Amino acid sequence: MIEVGTVLEERVFYLDRALLKQYADASGDQNPIHQNEEFAISVGLPNVIAHGMLTMALVGKYVSDFAGGSARVLEYSARFIKPVIVPAGEKVDVTVSATIAEIDGDKVSITLSATSAGVKVLGMAKAVVRI
Amino acid sequence: MLNPDSVGSTFAGTESIAVSQSEIDAFCAVVGESDTAIAPPTFTIRITLSQFEEILTRPNIGLDWSRLVHGDQKFEIFSPVKAGDQFTCSATIESYRVAAGNEIVTVRSDLHKGSELAVSAWSTLVVRA
Repeated sequence: MIEVGTVLEERVFYLDRALLKQYADASGDQNPIHQNEEFAISVGLPNVIAHGMLTMALVGKYVSDFAGGSARVLEYSARFIKPVIVPAGEKVDVTVSATIAEIDGDKVSITLSATSAGVKVLGMAKAVVRI
Repeated sequence: MLNPDSVGSTFAGTESIAVSQSEIDAFCAVVGESDTAIAPPTFTIRITLSQFEEILTRPNIGLDWSRLVHGDQKFEIFSPVKAGDQFTCSATIESYRVAAGNEIVTVRSDLHKGSELAVSAWSTLVVRA
């Protein structure tokens, strides 16, 4: 039974450089800041960073699983507030949780939280699903 | 700089974009989705971002894609996306402002399947000063 205010179970996704390459190929976004450390540092970034849309895709998997399938996801939005930094040879976390914000018939709105290394990476993240 | 006359205008993208099962499979593999019958909710970014790049960098619009970062993203999904879907994609420049030298542009993309609106996607793109 869910009700407004219910906190959904936290889940951790892991990213590494190989996943960034895999996402670049799957999405078509081959920006070198997501693959090439030298390039990323040359444009003022601390290291290679994950695509914001990769983080959003992983959190989207959390939303789809809550909804009972991608076909039930009606709306999904997020703001990219901090980069997910992915050093070579490391696995970094994207830790996701959510709270039920509104229930309207079979439509459920949730607010999402996503952090990496303890830092909030998505802002204003929310979704509407059909249960 | 973006041509301010383009704000509020809608631009047509590539005539028809087909979604293949292998594209959906590749996207599902990244997020660990085993049900590949329906595309994951953010899948259409694969279509809309490249369409935005093609449209917004046209000489008469003039956005500098090389200094772009993604500010925020929203999807409204009216019809789940599946392999075999054929979309037309338009881009509407909804808002534009310059803050501290950064250009901030919000673009909406409407993906139509025939006459049916399947997905609307909003991207706020920031061209860094």
